[in-house]
Amino acid sequence: MTAQNKQVTQDDLTRIEQRARVKRVTGKSLTYLFLTVWGLLVLFPFYWMILTSVKSYSAYNAEYTPKFWTAAPTLANYKAAFTTVPLAKYFLNTLIFTVATTAVMLIVVTLAAFAFSRLEFKGKNLVFTLFLALMMIPNELVIITNFVTITNWGMRNTFWGLILPSVTSVFYIYLLKENFAQIPDELYKAAKVDGCSDFKYLTKVMIPISAPTLVTVIILKVIECWNSYVWPRLITDDPNYYLVSNGIQEIREHGFGRQNIPAMMAAVVVISVPLIILFLIFHKKIMAGVSRGGTKG
Amino acid sequence: MKNSKLKGWLYLLPAIIFLGIFMVYPLVDVFVYAFQEGFNFASQTYKGVGWFNFDYVLRDPYFLQAVKNTFILVIITVPVSTGLALLISLGLNSIKPLKNLFQTVYFLPYVTNTLAVGLVFMILFKKTAYTDGLVNLIINWFGSESIDFIDGPYWAKMFVMCFYTVWVVMPFKILILTSALASVKQDYYNAAKIDGTSKGRIFRRITLPMISPMIFYLVITGFIGAFKAYSDEVAIFGTDLNVAGMNTIVGYVYDMLYGDSGGYPSYASAAALILFVIVLTITVINLMVSRKNVHY
Repeated sequence: MTAQNKQVTQDDLTRIEQRARVKRVTGKSLTYLFLTVWGLLVLFPFYWMILTSVKSYSAYNAEYTPKFWTAAPTLANYKAAFTTVPLAKYFLNTLIFTVATTAVMLIVVTLAAFAFSRLEFKGKNLVFTLFLALMMIPNELVIITNFVTITNWGMRNTFWGLILPSVTSVFYIYLLKENFAQIPDELYKAAKVDGCSDFKYLTKVMIPISAPTLVTVIILKVIECWNSYVWPRLITDDPNYYLVSNGIQEIREHGFGRQNIPAMMAAVVVISVPLIILFLIFHKKIMAGVSRGGTKG
Repeated sequence: MKNSKLKGWLYLLPAIIFLGIFMVYPLVDVFVYAFQEGFNFASQTYKGVGWFNFDYVLRDPYFLQAVKNTFILVIITVPVSTGLALLISLGLNSIKPLKNLFQTVYFLPYVTNTLAVGLVFMILFKKTAYTDGLVNLIINWFGSESIDFIDGPYWAKMFVMCFYTVWVVMPFKILILTSALASVKQDYYNAAKIDGTSKGRIFRRITLPMISPMIFYLVITGFIGAFKAYSDEVAIFGTDLNVAGMNTIVGYVYDMLYGDSGGYPSYASAAALILFVIVLTITVINLMVSRKNVHY
């Protein structure tokens, strides 16, 4: 092998390496570009709703060509959102609905999960299988009769009517039962020896140990409650009991007048903010919880 | 011991009562409604038993329009959202810096109120006397005429509906696919690299088979979810979807039950059962296809 030959090989090598690096860098850049474009598509509606909500009514309507920036932001629309339409009332209703539904559901679900995981009784497995079978039933099939039931009970336009049909979830029972079942038997036996009752064991031992799963369940349920639209729409036609979703629909159709879009956007921002704050605080937990069992779309 | 047996049922009692009243009884009742002919809601009477309600629903032009809309929505949004989510997840998985930020941002639509954000989409697409809207502004940049996406031609409305649906369902799909991709063992990739396998081949022979169960899971839940589309449509076109010509099957069920054209639980039940049969059929077909193609 001559010296010249060696030289050429070395040159070739660097060239190949360089070409590979260029290819890698272009690939990376394209990936980042693509991801950024989607990120902007996700964020843009949020930007637009905040931007529009701080534009004044006259400024917004003077813009035949929408502007991406406003020089004179105003909070007047937020004031209008709380004074012209009963936004605070919708907000409070949703809060009551969310807290009450989640609380009652937690009790029902925890008791059932405890029975399935810890207690022994005849027919347990059969009942559990039947529960699981119920998971396949779509809401659309049962909502018709539930609507009639609640109407017959005279519970339209009441919080009970809103809350009662959604306080059980077979899926959460299943999730909690799996979690409870992981707690070692020895703990239960030791507690029994010490004369601890089943109920006390549940509240003092199982619930604290399963706290992470319970928090996941709570967060998922809160999101579901805050965004629920269909059932509240069926069961309430008195604005005094509207939740935020129905409120926003009401605002859109009869609220500020069809053209006062900045005020509408202020209302939209106000009702979106609580969940976004919740998400920013708990985003790891929420994403882990959803990948374990949430579905939407 | 008898005491403890009773205790088990006692703990289950609340769940059984609620599920009994709001899940099991309605499930039976929906068949009763669907097959009672000429049911009168006010007097709680009916004339006979038979298939009349199904017959009525299947001839109702509003229902046929709703079926058409729903099928178009499903056929477009399920492949588009799954494919796009796969591309994005592959991108996410190939980078390190900013990965968490992107993931968090992408998940944001999941926690927002569909009705509220739908209103923003409506404003972005809507053409009014005061403004053509932002989307039309962009269309104008490319030298095309403005289109009314909210009250205009059918395909324009369908485009907005599909676009918004994809936007709403993406977070869940990206989340699932990203974690599926991350769980593929690095050993396989290393082995392929040593063999000098090309990128395309690695994707087709390793990545795709390894994540195929999750893709099919997303396709199946995607079909089910898209067939039940309703609130996204309300958010964009308003509560009177029949007037907008944008109703969906679920929307038809609710309209029959309640609202200006409501008061017909029998028709609503028949339509809900038809929807259930459609969804069940599609799911079974999906499962059969996945048996053949998914590698567990």
